Amino acid sequence: MPLRRSDLVGHLMTWLCAGTLALNLLLILGLLGLLASEGLSYFWQKPLWLLELADGQKILGELYETEDIPQSGRADEAQKTRVRVKVGNRDISGSDFRWIDEAQIVGRSRPADAAVLERLEWGNFHGFARELRAHGQTLARGEDAVWPLLDRLLREKAKERDALEALEKGELGRINYALERLRLAERKLSLETLPDAERTRRAEALSREQAEQQAAYTNVAARIREKRSAFVAETLVVETADGVQRELPVGYVMRAIRPNALGFAGAAKLYLSRAWEFISGEPRESNTEGGIFPAIFGTVMMVLLMSIFVAPFGVIAAVYLREYAKGGVLVRLVRIAVNNLAGVPSIVFGVFGLGFFVYLVGGTIDQLFYPEALPTPTFGTGGILWASLTLALLTVPVVIVATEEGLAAVPQIAREGSLALGATQFETLWRVVLPAAAPGILTGMILALARAAGEVAPLMIVGMVKLAPALPVDGNFPYLHLERKFMHLGFHIYDVGFQSPNVEAAKPLVFATALLLIAVVLASNLIAILVRNHLREKYATRSI
Amino acid sequence: MRGAITRLSPKAAGVEILMDDAEAPAPHIDKPVLTTEQLSLWYGSTLALDAITLEIPEKKITAFIGPSGCGKSTLLRCFNRLNDLIDVVRVDGALRFHGVSLYGPEVDVSQLRARIGMVFQKSNPFPKSIFENVAYGCRIHGVTRRSTLAEIVERSLRAAALWEEVKDRLDASALGLSGGQQQRLCIARAIAIEPEVILLDEPCSALDPIATAKIEELMQELKERYTLVVVTHNMQQAARVSDYTAFLYLGRLIEYGETARLFVKPQKKQTEDYITGRFG
Repeated sequence: MPLRRSDLVGHLMTWLCAGTLALNLLLILGLLGLLASEGLSYFWQKPLWLLELADGQKILGELYETEDIPQSGRADEAQKTRVRVKVGNRDISGSDFRWIDEAQIVGRSRPADAAVLERLEWGNFHGFARELRAHGQTLARGEDAVWPLLDRLLREKAKERDALEALEKGELGRINYALERLRLAERKLSLETLPDAERTRRAEALSREQAEQQAAYTNVAARIREKRSAFVAETLVVETADGVQRELPVGYVMRAIRPNALGFAGAAKLYLSRAWEFISGEPRESNTEGGIFPAIFGTVMMVLLMSIFVAPFGVIAAVYLREYAKGGVLVRLVRIAVNNLAGVPSIVFGVFGLGFFVYLVGGTIDQLFYPEALPTPTFGTGGILWASLTLALLTVPVVIVATEEGLAAVPQIAREGSLALGATQFETLWRVVLPAAAPGILTGMILALARAAGEVAPLMIVGMVKLAPALPVDGNFPYLHLERKFMHLGFHIYDVGFQSPNVEAAKPLVFATALLLIAVVLASNLIAILVRNHLREKYATRSI
Repeated sequence: MRGAITRLSPKAAGVEILMDDAEAPAPHIDKPVLTTEQLSLWYGSTLALDAITLEIPEKKITAFIGPSGCGKSTLLRCFNRLNDLIDVVRVDGALRFHGVSLYGPEVDVSQLRARIGMVFQKSNPFPKSIFENVAYGCRIHGVTRRSTLAEIVERSLRAAALWEEVKDRLDASALGLSGGQQQRLCIARAIAIEPEVILLDEPCSALDPIATAKIEELMQELKERYTLVVVTHNMQQAARVSDYTAFLYLGRLIEYGETARLFVKPQKKQTEDYITGRFG
C-alpha cells in the first residue's frame, strides 16, 4: 500500500520529536556521567610511581594523564608524549603537578613502602617514612617499626585534633562570643543617657562579668597551649625520592597511606573515608583541600529560608489574583508584570537586594537596634537572611504562576459544593480549594527550589563568601545567626575552579562539588515531589 | 447556560410551536416557602429568566422541567443565590423566602445557604473521608465536638439511606464510593445542617436506573421533613416523584400546576407538545 503524503509527514514528525528527546536525554546523561566519573574518581587513591629520569632525578608521583606534545608538523618526527604527574611536596618543589616527557623516563617502579602523607598544610607529601621521634628521641626506625606505631599515633592524634578543635570552637568560641557581647554592652551603655548611679552600677556589673570571662579565657587558652604542645610532640622523619629529609609533626598528618601496598579493600575503605571527609569536613588551604560541609550547609539553609519566605508570599498573592480580584485591566497588568519579573536577570535582583535589603532595611535595623556595634554593620551587610530574601523575590513569580494554575484547576463545582453548605468564600478557600490546589502549589515550590539552589550571581553581592568563619547556626544564643555570611556550593565551584591558587589540584574538586550541588538540588526536589504525591493521593479530585 | 435563549429556537426543534400569551392559572398554594414575582435574570445582555412568578409549597416536591437551556437550573440557583458567583448576572423582580426578600441588604448569604441546601448534577464530594464530608457543614457552622458530629453524621447518613453501606468505612475517602452512593452522600451532606429546603439540580442525570430509583425513593422520604425543589430532564421522573411541576421554556414559565393535573391535562399547547415528546 502506498504511503500517503500526510502519513509520511506524520512519521517524520514523530521521529523528529523522538530524536530530539533522545538527544536531550543523551546530553543530560553525558553531563551527569562526566561529573560522576571526574568527581567520584577524585577520592580513589592512584598507585604511586617512582620515576627515574634520564638526568638522574627521581620523582615519586601519581600519574594523572598522558598527552601528545604539540609538534612542528614535520613528518619524520616521531610522536612524543608527556605525562602529568602529581608530585606533591609543595613545600619543597613549589608545585603539586609536573609535566614530564615520556622520553625522559628511564625507569619506573612501584615501591611498596612509598607513602602519601595527607597534611593539614602544604598539601600531600610523597616520600618514605624513615623514623619516628618524640622530643628528639627516636621512637622507631625503619619501615617495619615505624608504620604500626605511626598508624596508632595517627589515630590518637585524630582524637587530640578533634578535642583541640572542640575546645577552640566550643569553649573558646563561647567565651569570645560572650566577650564580644560584653564589649558591645559596654559601648551601648556609653551611648545611653542614664543617671550616674545607675550607669556606675551597670558598668561595674559589666566589668565584673568581663573579668570573669577574661579569667575563663586565660584558663582555656592555657589548656589549649598545653594540648598544642603535646599535639606536636611526636615527629615523623620523612625522605623524598631525591633524598631530601623533613621532620613533620605527626599531628599535622591527616592520613598516611602506602598506596602500592593498599589492596582493594584498603583502597575502598580509604575511598569512603575521603568521600565522607569531603562531605562532612571543613575546607583547608583556601578551599583546595578538605571538605565542603559549610557550603552544603549554607546552600541548604539558604534554600530552606527562601522557601519559608516565598511560600506564603507567593500563595497569598496568587490566591488574591485568582480568587478575589475581579478580572480587569489592572489584574491583567499585574499578571503580566509577575510573568516578566521571572525573566529579569538574576544579578538585577542581587543589586536590588543590596540596595534595598542590605543598605536600606539592614542599615535601618543597625541604627535602631545595634547602634553599639557601628560602624561595624550587623544586618547592614550581606548575610544569609538578605540572600534568602533576595532569592525569594527572584522565585516568587514561579510560585505565583504555579499556584494560580493549581487554583484554576480546582473545579468550580467543588467550590459550589462548599458554598452551598453555607461556607463563606474564605472557608471554602481554606478547607476545599487550597488543599486541592496544594499539589500545584508544591510544583511551584519545586521549581522555585531548583532555581534558588542553582542561583549564584545575585548571592555574590548579598552575603555569600568564599570562606565563612562560622556557620549560621551554632551553640551560642540565639543559635540562629541570620546576619552571618555563608558559603554556597555554586560559588564554591566557581571559587575552587577559577580563583584558586592551585588550579590543577582543585580541578577534580570542581566536578565533585558540582556533583554534590546537583545531588542537593535533586534531594530537595525529591522530598518536595514525595510530599506532592502524598497530597495528590490525599486530595485526589478524580470524581469531580 | 449563557445565551440559552438564542441557542434553542423552536424551528430547530422541528416543531411549530405557538407561543400563546394567555396566562395559565396558577395553583393555589397555602403556605409558600419560596415565592418569585416577576423574576427576571440576565447573563450580561442575555435574558435567561423572563418574569417568572411562582410559589413553592412547603414539604412537597416541586419539579422544574423543560428542554436544555430553558432556565430551570438558573431559576433553581436563584433560590440559594449561587448565581452570585457569576459576575455578569443581574437579577430583577422579587424573590422571597418566608416572605423575606432574598436579595435584601440584611440577608446573610452563608446563613441563607445553610437553610436552603443544594445537591448538584454531578456528585461533588470533597476529597476527604466520608465522615468529614458529612461533618463539613457542621464544622463550618461551629460544631466541633466529635460526639455531636458523630451523631449528626450517623443521622444524616441514615436519612440519606447510605448508613448501612458505609458505616464500616467512615474514614475511607468519599471518592471511593460509587456514583449513586456519592450522590446520596451529597444529600446526606446537605441534610446534615438541617436545612428547610433542598434544591436538587438534576440529581440523577449521571446515574444508572437502579441508583436513580434509590434517590427517587429517598426523595419521597425526605419530603416528610423538607421542602424539595428538583430540576429534571426526565419527564417520567417528574411525573413519578413530584407533587407540583413547573414547565419552563425559553426562560419563561409556561405552565405550573399539580403534577397529576399538568401531565394529564396540560392547559398549554407547548406543555402538551413537550410532555408528549414532540420536542425537547
